Amino acid sequence: MPKITYIEHNGKSHQIEVANGLTVMEGAVQNNIPGIDADCGGSCACATCHSYVEEKWFDKLPKKESAEEDMLDMAFEPKKFSRLTCQITVTDDLDGLVVKMPSKQG
Amino acid sequence: MIKTDVLVIGAGPVGLFAVHQLGVIGLKAEVVDNLDKVGGQCIELYPDKPIYDIPALTVCTGKSLTENLLEQIKPFKTNIHLNERVEEVIKDKDNWKVTTNKKKVFLTPNIIIAGGVGSFEPRKFPLKEAERFENNGIYYSIKDKNYFKNKKVSIFGGGDSALDWAIELSKISEVTLVHRRDEFRGAEHTAQLARKFEKEGKLKIKTPFQINSIEGKKNIEAITVKTEDGKTEKIVTDCVLGFFGLIMKLGPIVEWGLNLEKKTIPVNTENFETNKKGIFAIGDICTYPGKLKLILSGFHEGALAARGCFKLARPNEKYRFEFSTTSKSIQEKLGVKKSD
Repeated sequence: MPKITYIEHNGKSHQIEVANGLTVMEGAVQNNIPGIDADCGGSCACATCHSYVEEKWFDKLPKKESAEEDMLDMAFEPKKFSRLTCQITVTDDLDGLVVKMPSKQG
Repeated sequence: MIKTDVLVIGAGPVGLFAVHQLGVIGLKAEVVDNLDKVGGQCIELYPDKPIYDIPALTVCTGKSLTENLLEQIKPFKTNIHLNERVEEVIKDKDNWKVTTNKKKVFLTPNIIIAGGVGSFEPRKFPLKEAERFENNGIYYSIKDKNYFKNKKVSIFGGGDSALDWAIELSKISEVTLVHRRDEFRGAEHTAQLARKFEKEGKLKIKTPFQINSIEGKKNIEAITVKTEDGKTEKIVTDCVLGFFGLIMKLGPIVEWGLNLEKKTIPVNTENFETNKKGIFAIGDICTYPGKLKLILSGFHEGALAARGCFKLARPNEKYRFEFSTTSKSIQEKLGVKKSD
């Protein structure tokens, strides 16, 4: 299973095996990783699963849909490598992905 | 003071169907919701997104689901108190005394919390100093636009609220619209109008910038904004408006003495009562082993919680289970059968 690393804002790191087909958000929520709220449950409607993707990974991910970019307008401190983790589906290609959580989700 | 059998907190789909289930067993409900309209998340977050898992409806939208639920509870003529948030819940003998932020008081033996993930509140600026100036220079909504007359106003956001207010206020104030990227997500024609106003010198647009700092002692004097690449600019401004949409916060619920597990309220699955007698929780806000955050699960939870409410609202009566297909009593309550 692909390993995904989630780094909390305070630097605490969690490496989790996430099954293919789940989203990066689901990987965090199912493993009780703090820092990803996912209030809307994964329908790209709340921007509370916002994370910063490590730069080298950013271009390897499937591009953002416009709905995700729109939603990122509402995220807490969006930056260049911001993504909504509910919109990133885990595949073998994402083995080793690192995402950092913002200081809060809103 | 309003006396009722049940107070339902939250007018989302689950709260509305709970009203139906209370109505058919003869209990009177009052509903309170912090939003300005019914429908909860369905209306606020995804009014036009299709929903495919409501039993017997191949597809519906958040909007149509809400409309149909309202139609279904019409016979019960339920009062829905919008734009009000329940602040305080205290025990008053056999009842709960519930007070809203507008100081409306309810006295009820039962409360059903159908509050979703909490109440919707405006998303705020990420800066610490923004808290200090909130309601004194920093605003997240506009009550009276004339307050901004002849002032220097900086508006942040890329949606319809930001665009509409930038255009509207540019007629009476000196407006700078700031957004994190060059594209606006608001309506196309509004975005074009804003660009037109910019060309005509009626308003300034700064993209792709985000807020960086707020300067001023007692009042705001200026702000700085920055790009991703670290380029900063100073904007002299009197007021700052942020339109970043809404976020859900659990809010005052945490102070009512209920057990909480993360942001949810544990309940039993027999009648969805919490650790407090007469306080029930249904829908997304409740949790129990196997909980699914589906609207259909919330409907079931509401049906059982309604029966739970019966005992406290009608202590001297016995609840009798009936089917709507055959029960004369239910059909009378629904107004489909005239009483003899």
